[in-house]
Amino acid sequence: MCLAIPGKVISRGVERDVLMACIDYGGTRRQICLEYTPEAQVGDYVIVHAGFAISLMDAKSAQESLDVLRSWAEHLEDGP
Amino acid sequence: MKYVDEFRDPQLVRGLVDRLHRITHHSWVVMEVCGGQTHAIVKHGIQQMIPSKIELVHGPGCPVCVTPLELLDKAIILAARPDVVFTSFGDMLRVPGSNSDLMTVKSQGGDVRIVYSPLDAVALARKLPHKQVVFFAVGFETTAPTNAMAVWQAKAEGLTNFSVLVSHVLVPPAMTALLAASDNRVQGYLAAGHVCTIMGTEPYEPIAAQYKVPIVATGFEPTDVLEGLCMLVSQLEEGRCDVENQYARSVRATGNTLAQKRVQDVFEITDRNWRGIGPIPLSGLALRDAFKDFDAASRFELGHLDVHEPEVCQSGLVLRGQLKPYDCPAFGTQCTPQHPLGATMVSSEGACAAYYQYGAVPP
Repeated sequence: MCLAIPGKVISRGVERDVLMACIDYGGTRRQICLEYTPEAQVGDYVIVHAGFAISLMDAKSAQESLDVLRSWAEHLEDGP
Repeated sequence: MKYVDEFRDPQLVRGLVDRLHRITHHSWVVMEVCGGQTHAIVKHGIQQMIPSKIELVHGPGCPVCVTPLELLDKAIILAARPDVVFTSFGDMLRVPGSNSDLMTVKSQGGDVRIVYSPLDAVALARKLPHKQVVFFAVGFETTAPTNAMAVWQAKAEGLTNFSVLVSHVLVPPAMTALLAASDNRVQGYLAAGHVCTIMGTEPYEPIAAQYKVPIVATGFEPTDVLEGLCMLVSQLEEGRCDVENQYARSVRATGNTLAQKRVQDVFEITDRNWRGIGPIPLSGLALRDAFKDFDAASRFELGHLDVHEPEVCQSGLVLRGQLKPYDCPAFGTQCTPQHPLGATMVSSEGACAAYYQYGAVPP
């Protein structure tokens, strides 16, 4: 429906009054629009759809999710 | 890739599957709204891992699949015009219209170009002032802000040779229509994570309250879908019907307010026809008067077209979650990705395409 993938902000700039950024997707780089996440700085990760950053990746939430999932997985290793 | 690979870790998947098996005590029918989630489910074999008591029903969240046939035929008419450069996301090019498709128009000399972003289409209009550049503005709430920005930018620059053929639809009215249907079997929803990234989870509160269904905003990786299912089944087993957020790394309760504002600047809510489902009141977006000059349908006076869906194609039932692709008589024989009868077999988010590509078979 709305495929979107995380990318890292490499640089920011303004083109024709539009805030843009260069994004790195694990090696592939692309110019995208940052107008909807102007708070994203160089080094931040954003989630990009159709050439637009639609949200700033919440690194803390991502880590918290992974910690919970790992605790459930470790429970599996301990056996029933 | 960071923030992708970690959420595909097989060890974490096993932990989630184990947890889901331990908390599921009853049978439940749940729907994942988004075609992207459908593809993740079928691709990663999630249906085979989860308890058989849980039936996953695939929702209408595939923008290509729900684009009305009439609009596709209008796109095909525009794309064949010598003065037009017709731009679109790639998925739309092979969707069958009444008598042709955009890829065929391209092969017959029509200037049809795939773009990655609507801003690419605006750039083309800048570069080709002697041409009429039309962008096929298809999609849900996630894509609407990108098209709104394209129209906003074209107006700011006075690009009078740019226009959009709009086919925007909204998720909550479609969910409500499916829930209100007498034959509805769905008891809980995995809401579309990127639609919620834009709109937030708040629009789903009244739906959960009115229809007493739990709704969990969910991401697209295997661990996202499985964790979303754990949250949904926990609620169902406890008799709760709350709106929860599994995809917290991207979704906030209020969503992306800047994106919502730009959409409200450029578009207004309107009735929309959904392919395979029919008309749903107040379920789509149309350009506001201030931007009507950029509406391709009126600029090129396309008017109304009478269209008829192919009888054989069952994509409407698939989109409403009432038929599994492999139960369609044409699936894999008359209807394949090479010779699709319907949009659900073409789109990278269509359920039929997912079942065909990943070889999903009846349990």
